[in-house]
Amino acid sequence: MTCLPAQTDRKLGLVIDLDTCVGCQACVTACKEWNTGGHMAPLTDIDPYGGHVDGVWFNRVHSYEHATAMGGRTVNFPRSCLHCDQPACVTVCPTGASYKRASDGIVLVDESKCIGCKLCSWACPYGAREFDTDVGVMKKCTLCVDRIYNNNLAEEDRVPACVAACPTSARHFGDLGDPASPVSLLVAERDGVDLMPELGYRPTNKYLPPRARTQRSATVPAPALEPVKAEGGFLGWVDRMLSN
Amino acid sequence: MTFRQARGANSAPTQRPLSDTRAPNEGDGVNTSPEISDRVAKTTCYMCACRCGIEVHVKDGKVRYINGNKDHPVNRGVICGKGSAGIMQHYSPARLKKPLLRTGPRGSGEFREIEWEEALGIATQRLSAIRQSDPRKLAFFTGRDQSQSLTGWWASRFGTPNFAAHGGFCSVNMAAGGLYTIGGSFWEFGEPDWDNTRYFMLFGVAEDHDSNPIKIGLGKLKARGAKVVSINPCRTGYNAIADDWVGIRPGTDGLFVFAIIHELLKAGRVDLDYLLRYTNAHLLVTQEPGSADDGLFVRDEAGKPLCWDRVAGTAIDGASADAKPALTGTYEVRGRRCVPVFQLIANRYLDENYSPDAVAGRCGVAADTIRRIAAELAHVAFEQMIELPVAWTDWAGRRHETIKGRPVSMHAMRGISAHSNGFHTCRAIHLLQVLLGTVDVPGGFRFKAPYPKPAPPGPKPAGTTVAPMTPLDGMPLGFVSGPEDLLVDGDGRPTRIDKAYSWDAPLSAHGLMHTVIRNAWAGDPYRIDTLMMYMANMAWNSSMNTVETIAMLTEKDASGDYRIPFIIYADAYYSETVPFADLVLPDTTYLERHDCISLLDRPISHADGPADAIRHPVVEPDRDVRPFQSVLIDLGARLGLPGFVNDDGSARYRDYADYIVNHERTPGIGPLAGWRGKDGKSMGRGEANPDQMQRYIDNGGFWHHELSADQRYYKMANRAYLDFAAEMGFIAKAQPIVFQLYSEPMQRFRLAALGHGPVQPPESERDRIATYMDPLPFWYVPFEEDAVDLDTYPLHALTQRPMHMYHSWGSQNAWLRQITSQNRLFVHRETATDLGLVDDDWVWIESINGRVKGQIRLIDGVNPSTVWTWNAIGKRRGSWGLSDDAAESNRGFLLNHIIGDQTPAGAKDRRYSNSDPVTGQAAWFDLRVRIVKCAPGEDGFTEPQFERFAQPPHFQPSPDISRFGADFRASREPAE
Amino acid sequence: MHPAFSVVFFTTATGAGYGLLALLGMLGALGFVQPDFWLGFTGMALALGLITAGLLSSTGHLGRPERAWRAFSQWRSSWLSREGVLSVATYVPAGLFGIGWVLLGRIDGWITAAGLIAACGAVATVCATGMIYASLKPIAQWHSPYTLPGYLIFSAMSGLLLLNALLQGFGLGSRIGLALAVLATLVGWGWKLATWRHNDRLEIPSTANTATGLAGGTVRSLEWPHTEENYVLKEMGFRIARKHAAKLRRITQGLAFLLPALLLAAAFALPSPLAVILSVLAAIAQLSGLLVERWLFFAEAKHTVTLYYGR
Ligand SMILES: Nc1nc2c(c(=O)[nH]1)N[C@H]1C(S)=C(S)[C@@H](COP(=O)(O)OP(=O)(O)OC[C@H]3O[C@@H](n4cnc5c(=O)[nH]c(N)nc54)[C@H](O)[C@@H]3O)O[C@H]1N2
Ligand SMILES: Nc1nc2c(c(=O)[nH]1)N[C@H]1C(S)=C(S)[C@@H](COP(=O)(O)OP(=O)(O)OC[C@H]3O[C@@H](n4cnc5c(=O)[nH]c(N)nc54)[C@H](O)[C@@H]3O)O[C@H]1N2
Ligand code: SF4
Ligand code: SF4
Ligand code: SF4
Ligand code: SF4
Ligand code: SF4
Ligand SMILES: [Mo]
Repeated sequence: MTCLPAQTDRKLGLVIDLDTCVGCQACVTACKEWNTGGHMAPLTDIDPYGGHVDGVWFNRVHSYEHATAMGGRTVNFPRSCLHCDQPACVTVCPTGASYKRASDGIVLVDESKCIGCKLCSWACPYGAREFDTDVGVMKKCTLCVDRIYNNNLAEEDRVPACVAACPTSARHFGDLGDPASPVSLLVAERDGVDLMPELGYRPTNKYLPPRARTQRSATVPAPALEPVKAEGGFLGWVDRMLSN
Repeated sequence: MTFRQARGANSAPTQRPLSDTRAPNEGDGVNTSPEISDRVAKTTCYMCACRCGIEVHVKDGKVRYINGNKDHPVNRGVICGKGSAGIMQHYSPARLKKPLLRTGPRGSGEFREIEWEEALGIATQRLSAIRQSDPRKLAFFTGRDQSQSLTGWWASRFGTPNFAAHGGFCSVNMAAGGLYTIGGSFWEFGEPDWDNTRYFMLFGVAEDHDSNPIKIGLGKLKARGAKVVSINPCRTGYNAIADDWVGIRPGTDGLFVFAIIHELLKAGRVDLDYLLRYTNAHLLVTQEPGSADDGLFVRDEAGKPLCWDRVAGTAIDGASADAKPALTGTYEVRGRRCVPVFQLIANRYLDENYSPDAVAGRCGVAADTIRRIAAELAHVAFEQMIELPVAWTDWAGRRHETIKGRPVSMHAMRGISAHSNGFHTCRAIHLLQVLLGTVDVPGGFRFKAPYPKPAPPGPKPAGTTVAPMTPLDGMPLGFVSGPEDLLVDGDGRPTRIDKAYSWDAPLSAHGLMHTVIRNAWAGDPYRIDTLMMYMANMAWNSSMNTVETIAMLTEKDASGDYRIPFIIYADAYYSETVPFADLVLPDTTYLERHDCISLLDRPISHADGPADAIRHPVVEPDRDVRPFQSVLIDLGARLGLPGFVNDDGSARYRDYADYIVNHERTPGIGPLAGWRGKDGKSMGRGEANPDQMQRYIDNGGFWHHELSADQRYYKMANRAYLDFAAEMGFIAKAQPIVFQLYSEPMQRFRLAALGHGPVQPPESERDRIATYMDPLPFWYVPFEEDAVDLDTYPLHALTQRPMHMYHSWGSQNAWLRQITSQNRLFVHRETATDLGLVDDDWVWIESINGRVKGQIRLIDGVNPSTVWTWNAIGKRRGSWGLSDDAAESNRGFLLNHIIGDQTPAGAKDRRYSNSDPVTGQAAWFDLRVRIVKCAPGEDGFTEPQFERFAQPPHFQPSPDISRFGADFRASREPAE
Repeated sequence: MHPAFSVVFFTTATGAGYGLLALLGMLGALGFVQPDFWLGFTGMALALGLITAGLLSSTGHLGRPERAWRAFSQWRSSWLSREGVLSVATYVPAGLFGIGWVLLGRIDGWITAAGLIAACGAVATVCATGMIYASLKPIAQWHSPYTLPGYLIFSAMSGLLLLNALLQGFGLGSRIGLALAVLATLVGWGWKLATWRHNDRLEIPSTANTATGLAGGTVRSLEWPHTEENYVLKEMGFRIARKHAAKLRRITQGLAFLLPALLLAAAFALPSPLAVILSVLAAIAQLSGLLVERWLFFAEAKHTVTLYYGR
């Protein structure tokens, strides 16, 4: 049903730390391998060994250079579905294939209903939906709905594949609807932001912006080094230190 | 909320499962609990050399999913971009299927399939003849494998000294620089104390072997708000998240480090106590220019180096625990004028030539930045000391109530090593660490077992005597400590085919794989018969000067025979090197074989304790392939090599798995350290245990021993640790390891060059040896920079490893190549503007060795005099199962085409290998280039192009669609 | 946005078809055009033919056309669904009107009602089509006050030109018809110019900064997540060179507005057979011009996802 639930019991989502992400692509391939056999299987790859290779992925990592008056930096930037609170990708869907779950806020596609009109991908500002030309349906991040509640996995493994994989711990997961949840606290502490807030989609996922760097402010309050004040210069100092 | 014990790296409260993981009643028909697999096999990843623990989920006989093993000491549950894509590597269309015998000309790719029996017969016949005549005529070189303790031993039993692995072109500068200085090294031999460090300096690293551990570590630093400083011309990856990025000009790190040392010395910010206890800073060095002992330590009758005791006013045993040594002054001892090592250090680095102002211009780093970093280092090291509340006892029996540490740590890799001045630069960084007192202390750089070892470690390279049907008297690779240990003949000519341990590269502890093809082709120092290679793509991305290398592999002599007569190659995939082999032995994939990640080799230990691991077959091969190690053991038996056969001549080992469990290198010590002894209760030493492999499998594929809290730091001088290390066989005796700030072995070479001692370099080599075998680290201009016209070639050209690709392997991977199938040349925005270039332009990248064409991308985060690209993306048409239109061979390019394998002609009197003069490390990053915009019509495709390889028999064209995973779903859900 | 031909044709053809249907329904129902079998048959066939061809073409864009029926279910939230429902629903009054007006040749009670309802249905359907685009916030050129009126104006305009040609062809041409056609064309032209002017000056609130959450300064794309084009780029990252766009804008203006206006103006002055030919030519020129216009409507529309790619 493409009408949005008035509210959802939980708002599950990801929090991505741009200060820590090294752009290693671990979340990207972990997502691919889980999901290509998962709820939306397969994540088809067209021309996989040729010059026009084009596959379906739910998570992609960009890199940017951000130049400000305080200097430049390189930022690695993972991009996947943000499980928005006001997702037009859902409301535009003519078939009811796209929907937002009332229980946990996850935005999913029901493949059996999808006609592949692609309108939802037009409606998503973030480019989070990818069309499977082979199957003819739209696919997208499921927030690993088939992991986070999966009884066949050990309880500790019931987190999204990308979060489990991320070697730098740049990815976090939880209920962003609960202001007391660890992820909500993290977002508050690090001033997490919404992407393109001006469009009003109210993304659930948050991004933690890179922290100020020493080029801008010294984190080590080190006084400048002064030459040893002593006769005999440095060697004299050594001698005195040793005889103490 | 129920309390959950958090395992693994990603177990912060923000990374855990929901407090209630029962599926909500959504009513949308989603199966939230699909079955994942029929079984889970825990083994070791081999998508790269990091060797993480993985859990392979197998469903209906197919690999469904691979994730990290939370208990594994290397990756603690996380997995990298490559590891997760292992499925596609395992099912690669480029997998070899059967042994191949060349039918067409070498390099054409025309083969016929043969049976294993025939293949092994051909190899046995050939090798047997060599062994009976001159074993040196077999050159056996291996690449990315991790079984050097087997392959090296095999070579030694065969009797050829011509063995090495890839370390010589990889990072021997780091290995040797460390092992000759602190008895351990960067590379993956040690790691920063990620949990305690407060100031971390990363020199020249894009990814490294400790791939996941570094990432986990950086994550910890970030979570704690510790400061990360990166010294790197390029600001990507790890360097992107550094708090401070120092975009240094390539090849000048030595200067940068010396300037820091200069500042620290001047300000008296060095740890004198640490220097006295753990280093040779106090030893007396003879200062008698012209005499045969000049620069050597002053020794007593027993040969013990002496120090000057300030209190006693006399020279005493430098190793004495009670000494009160002087660090400065000039003394007269046993009739020799001498000074403590530290005095030499102070003299050299206090010189104004090494001041920040003097080096700033050449480094491209502001003097103020250098001063600030020096001040920050000093501040954290000396004002933010940490103490762990753990008592420990040092080697002399002195008890310390706490473990004190200076929380400054460093890591360095190929940005340092891959320059012709890398050995000395690496030593410079170790010197800086030691001056700050941050080696193997809380918060500092920590050794991983089996390190530290004596500096340099004991065994010398074998190979002085080579005879038919005779094993070597040791392992081919080892550590020389003076000219007498070199492998040279009476005229000073090299006796190894790669010229390792010769005057060209005296401390070449890993051999020089990158010189083998040229030397074998040139018959210099002699012709060989068979070149056997394993897991090394030497006809492409691991060679310098690819174009000539290919020619050397295919050139025939006057009699119409190939100059390199026979090439045997073991690969698992149709790489660029396979077509150059005469006989191809197809290997299995990493999920189909046994492997051993041994402490005798490149271990996977953690600073908190030793570890080793295995691989075991998770799925059966569906092709006629065999694990190469088993093939090697089989060959060993067929050849009757000692150690590979029983007394009755029968094969000693069934296969590699059998060898792993039953082989003993020295009594009680075998490839695996865990669960030894008949009952499986011993570790390190003990009888072979027939159940050992199963114990490993049951434990998740690895063994890990946690050191006790008092053994974990100051391992170079920690009695509890040293006793343990001796018991485990890591070191011969439980004696302290003294850091060699001043390297006496190097001085011995220098003395030889000055005309002393029985083994002296030929006249032509004397200057070079005297210059570069400096016992204290120094800086010099890298060779290519010194030789070429810098106005013509104004730019440095580098490669970096993409985190999601492993050298040439990644491109056959349907998933990984989607991320990168074309590499760009990254050019600083301003540099490009000066050259009139804009984004996406095609350019010629020209060096003195040739030119290659690629497309540029503008970037701000790079040293302006530097251009760079991702390593090993460019591919040759016809290889790796890629279609002819694949971007890799049309738009991707390989920088190797223009990297010289020899020093520039005319630079010095003769052309040497393009390598570090001390270790023979390949100087990949010395490359100088200019870039020139392509003429219209030249753009859009890369050059040089090479002829397309023919496909081996029964190779299917790669599929044009992959629906991998559809089957898993189909088996879950009955048809719609 | 990628200008898929199926969609370009769909919006252009249905626009003209519904325009014509609305005019026939209204004028017929209100008696401005008297029932005439051949005129009615041709007119209704043309209108419904264009509509049907357009709708069928739109299914060519679908990945699973066999499930197209599902698109009728979400009319409460989805403009595409509404468009589907309305388009199909409009066939009913249009069919009844056709039976009454064309086959029975009558105009009374239920036939008038059917004609008027069909006209309303046509307008509503065009509104829904326009709203599919106008409602998409990620595409600023579409999410604008110009989009919906634009769809309506072009629909009316092309409908009028078709009707004029039709009436001329059946000897019922009138100066007023011609005048209205010229007027509509000029209004359409004006609207398009205003739209372009608006789009060219558009300040899009979303930037690479807001897209990445990196505040201040400039954000430049260094590397994409993939080196080859993927679905997102092919579908939403379509780029058209400025030069190319300018040329196509000129072609649009020539074919869709200038030429029809001139032809129709000439038709004023010329006798019947020539006026007929000119009117037909004007309609054909306009429809082809509108195809170009619609192609540009997509090609020039920039989706916010391109911000991630630095395009
Ligand atoms: N320009 C430039 N060149 C470089 C470097 C650089 O920084 N810049 N780095 C250098 C360094 S440090 C290194 S270590 C080298 C690495 O270069 P190589 O050692 O050549 O490494 P790979 O390209 O990974 O190729 C190894 C070969 O192993 C094969 N292989 C993969 N898996 C298996 C297996 O399971 N069994 C067998 N038998 N074979 C297998 C692959 O098919 C491939 O042919 O590159 C060097 N080249
Ligand atoms: N994903 C992945 N991981 C790998 C590999 C792989 O192919 N892919 N290969 C493995 C192998 S064989 C090796 S040897 C390791 C090597 O791992 P790294 O040491 O990370 O090697 P490179 O990627 O060559 O990176 C060298 C870095 O040094 C910088 N650099 C170059 N010159 C200088 C200099 O003069 N000074 C400084 N400070 N920096 C400089 C470059 O910009 C680059 O960032 O990685 C291993 N791990
Ligand atoms: S990110 Fe895009 S696909 Fe995901 S919920 Fe938001 S609008 Fe929909
Ligand atoms: S493509 Fe599928 S999910 Fe997307 S809007 Fe169309 S029917 Fe709905
Ligand atoms: S939550 Fe799952 S589906 Fe979504 S990006 Fe992460 S791994 Fe992919
Ligand atoms: S796995 Fe983590 S560090 Fe790597 S790209 Fe993804 S978010 Fe960034
Ligand atoms: S770092 Fe290397 S060994 Fe570890 S998971 Fe990645 S590819 Fe495998
Ligand atoms: Mo390497």
